[in-house]
Amino acid sequence: MVKMTGAEMLLECLKKERVSQIFGYPGGVVLPIFDALYKEPSLSVVLTRHEQGAVHAAEGYARTTGEVGVVLVTSGPGATNTVTGLADANMDSIPLVVITGQVPTKMIGNDAFQEADIVGISRSCTKHNYLVRDISELPRIMKEAFYIARSGRPGPVLVDIPKDVIVDRAEFKYPETLALRGYNPTVHGNRWQIRKAAGLIAKAKKPVLYVGGGVIASDSHAELAELVALSKIPVTLTLMGLGAFPGDDPLFMGMLGMHGTYAANMAVHHCDLLIAVGVRFDDRVTGKIAEFSPHSKVIHIDIDPTSIRKNFRVDVPVVGDARLILSDLLEDVRKIRDEDGFSDIGEWNDQIHGWKEERPLTYRHDSEVIKPQFVIEKAFDLTGGDCIVSTDVGQHQMWTAQFFKFLRPRTWLTSGGLGTMGYGFPAAIGAQRAFPKRRVIAVTGEGSFMMNIQEMATVASLEIPVKIVVLNNKYLGMVRQWQEFFYGGRYSSSFVGQSPDFVKLAEAFGVAGLRATRTDEVEKVLLKGLSTKGPVLMEFMVDPEENVFPMVPAGGSNIDMIFEAPARPSEKPSRSSKKEKDSVITA
Amino acid sequence: MSALSQKRHYIQVLVENRFGVLSRVAGLFSARGYNIESLSVGAGQDPDVAQMTIVTVGDDHVVEQITKQLNKLIDTIKVVDLSLTPFVCRETVMVKVNTTTRPEDRQEAFRIAEIFRAHIVDTSPSTYTLMVTGEEEKIEAMIGLLRPLGIKELVRSGTIAIAREEVKPSSKTARHESEITA
Repeated sequence: MVKMTGAEMLLECLKKERVSQIFGYPGGVVLPIFDALYKEPSLSVVLTRHEQGAVHAAEGYARTTGEVGVVLVTSGPGATNTVTGLADANMDSIPLVVITGQVPTKMIGNDAFQEADIVGISRSCTKHNYLVRDISELPRIMKEAFYIARSGRPGPVLVDIPKDVIVDRAEFKYPETLALRGYNPTVHGNRWQIRKAAGLIAKAKKPVLYVGGGVIASDSHAELAELVALSKIPVTLTLMGLGAFPGDDPLFMGMLGMHGTYAANMAVHHCDLLIAVGVRFDDRVTGKIAEFSPHSKVIHIDIDPTSIRKNFRVDVPVVGDARLILSDLLEDVRKIRDEDGFSDIGEWNDQIHGWKEERPLTYRHDSEVIKPQFVIEKAFDLTGGDCIVSTDVGQHQMWTAQFFKFLRPRTWLTSGGLGTMGYGFPAAIGAQRAFPKRRVIAVTGEGSFMMNIQEMATVASLEIPVKIVVLNNKYLGMVRQWQEFFYGGRYSSSFVGQSPDFVKLAEAFGVAGLRATRTDEVEKVLLKGLSTKGPVLMEFMVDPEENVFPMVPAGGSNIDMIFEAPARPSEKPSRSSKKEKDSVITA
Repeated sequence: MSALSQKRHYIQVLVENRFGVLSRVAGLFSARGYNIESLSVGAGQDPDVAQMTIVTVGDDHVVEQITKQLNKLIDTIKVVDLSLTPFVCRETVMVKVNTTTRPEDRQEAFRIAEIFRAHIVDTSPSTYTLMVTGEEEKIEAMIGLLRPLGIKELVRSGTIAIAREEVKPSSKTARHESEITA
């Protein structure tokens, strides 16, 4: 057999894993790998302008395709710049393999140029990580890395490869099988538990399905839809779960939690059975945990045993793959229905309908000042929801989650667990690379956008036609909202004020730029932007002090939602005087 | 949710004897804010496997999470919470005591060693080094008696523990047993 270098071997491993797209950034020790890539037409590389952008792009690629996202960066700063992306993917269960270069084995520990202990640094924000100590280990480690990343609860795996391993030569043999005695994720749910769950479902008078990103990761939306069609159980989705159930279905109650709908939070509070699928009872979902869903029996389906009983009591835990469990569950539910029948939940669904009518998601429209929610609604209307949408983090993220109706899974990209500003735009790049023909919209704010704005150069140079929607309210909006409600209106460091001229900036990067400043311009700009070929930035100058409602104040119970700003004590500065101060800063 | 009673748990962890595995386990405890009272590691019967005994304190809910989180580590082969079954635990301690503070101290140290079946493993004109193996109470009792003599140095091995008989393993394959009883 012919010998090949570690670099060549690495590319062979990627090909064996059916990788075709890499996101990365070159540098000293990985030059031999990039050199090998130059000669390898089946592996395309997107050069981002920052390693963080590469990781988020790979996340967008992974989330929209269901494949493992691959990142290649150099040692030292290249590696440390991936940390935020790794932590983000780890929280949101996104399968990634991140390959970092490392200084030669003999120099590790010597504070060599561009040396960082990335295996140590990334240990707590990866599913697993490796330092390749010899070229003979490389194929096995790569195979394990891909397997670990995509199986069980998916997550990021980092593989650190020293320079000497990259240039060393050996025969290549990709292992056929894996020998990981410590890793054997449970996929089939316990049948006895599933039967018990089916029994509870049949008897429940006020059941609720609380569904999250696990349903998307396991591609079990069809099974979920079938279960709902059969049982008429109303559905609420977490932020990560949006798209797992059609947003326009009458049994959809909207998102739950801190900025969830009134109907969803009321239903979860009053239900007698909570069927949690692919969720982890995050604090932004539960609010004050002691008062969360107090009257319910709880079925919890999740592939990660540590998710079960971590935050919340469970009556029927079922560990395994949601798709397999839901299809077993369907079988049992059907059997019970045919033999004993179901409780009638018509009254419960009527009550939920009442809650929806009582307090729908709403905002005050303004014919002059652009309301951010209006932009999102219009974007949905104009696309019919037929697009992939990503967001950054903050108010615009919540408005998109609330007002854009996600109809299909894998069309929604957002940073849920870590809440990473700067995630959305590069994630959209990854999605667009995976689906060059589909429409990809990156919704962002003037705050978040600045965190990875350099990627405009990436979309311009590779002609990646992402449509960027910047909702510019001149504030770090969510911070400002909290300061308005809970910090006496003291807008400490949340006023952004003078952003760059985003339209001119886009043009400088080689991206088309459009701006709307009045409500009647919104549709025009969206139409023009969405129909323009290539990357486009659309900036909307929106109401600076618009708030996200409903809101459950942090630490509050989910039924204590507020629908308007709490009254402010009198001693605080009035809004007008604050505005004067702001304008002074601007001037 | 769970009883809030804090209890001491002795957890046996079998891990792949690989580079960095100790820091994965230790990092898990620090990252999630779990206590480690003691941790001892050594090669197992199979040189590819390392055997850890971790002594931790927590309520049932926390300990359930600790065992699940330990299982979740890719390099973890098996986790057993010994506290659920009969088990034996021992710790070894070496104490260097002054024997010249009071005239009778040299005799006294010798007597204490005898009572606790400690070995005197080193001696100098002014000190004895005692080594004793036992359960925590025994060790604490001996240290308490040696303290008036003046302890110069004290080294503990950390507890190691072993099940008294066949344990039902809370291994990866069987770790969802709790589901069935729930």
